[in-house]
Amino acid sequence: MIIRLQTERFDPGALLSAFCNRRGDVGAVVSFTGLVRGEAGGVEALELEAYPGFTETEIEREAQAAIERFALLDVMALHRIGRIAPGEAIVFVATAAAHRRAAFEAADFLMDYLKSRAPFWKKSHGPDGARWIEPTAKDYEDAKRWTKDLT
Amino acid sequence: MRVLLFGPLRDVAGWRERTLTPAPLSLSSLRTALADEDAALGAALDRPGVQVAVDKAIVRGDLDLHAGCEVAFLAPMSGG
Repeated sequence: MIIRLQTERFDPGALLSAFCNRRGDVGAVVSFTGLVRGEAGGVEALELEAYPGFTETEIEREAQAAIERFALLDVMALHRIGRIAPGEAIVFVATAAAHRRAAFEAADFLMDYLKSRAPFWKKSHGPDGARWIEPTAKDYEDAKRWTKDLT
Repeated sequence: MRVLLFGPLRDVAGWRERTLTPAPLSLSSLRTALADEDAALGAALDRPGVQVAVDKAIVRGDLDLHAGCEVAFLAPMSGG
């Protein structure tokens, strides 16, 4: 498992290649890359704040839950913090499993967690000033999907 | 004792991190001390959805604190 917060830009393609080469018993790798939307000039930058030492631990716990739930062979989550410009990658998640369905679902599960409950505080800077952003109703709805079908 | 504020809380208070000496002996006395100094911050800390972490673990209710601990007030989280 790799969980990382960093202020520097990253190259999603390079991360994916490295992730694919980590072990030999994987049949499926799914990756997701999230970019900052410019909202037609409405967003000049996002500013992401984390609580170092706490945020990583919380994400690790959810990644461990994903490993158990979807029988993952490996997982990686990288999140940018600090100031991020439109068009730049802000988050990268990759999951590895024996078969594709588990890898797809686990990546979806982890992204729903990261968008709604992970310990980040997000400020949007635009032409009209700065404002704090909270998860949308859709983010909460998406995250709820994973509690419905627990047996 | 280190006190940290995250998210909109630091805009309300105008600071992000402080060291308190002598350290309050409990979470409730820390809340009282912060509210006495800054009523707006006191009210913001009491809002629903604000969580508290002591030494990087979420806690609920009141508890005793030690002088070397780190107390973080976490505004409702935005996600990434």
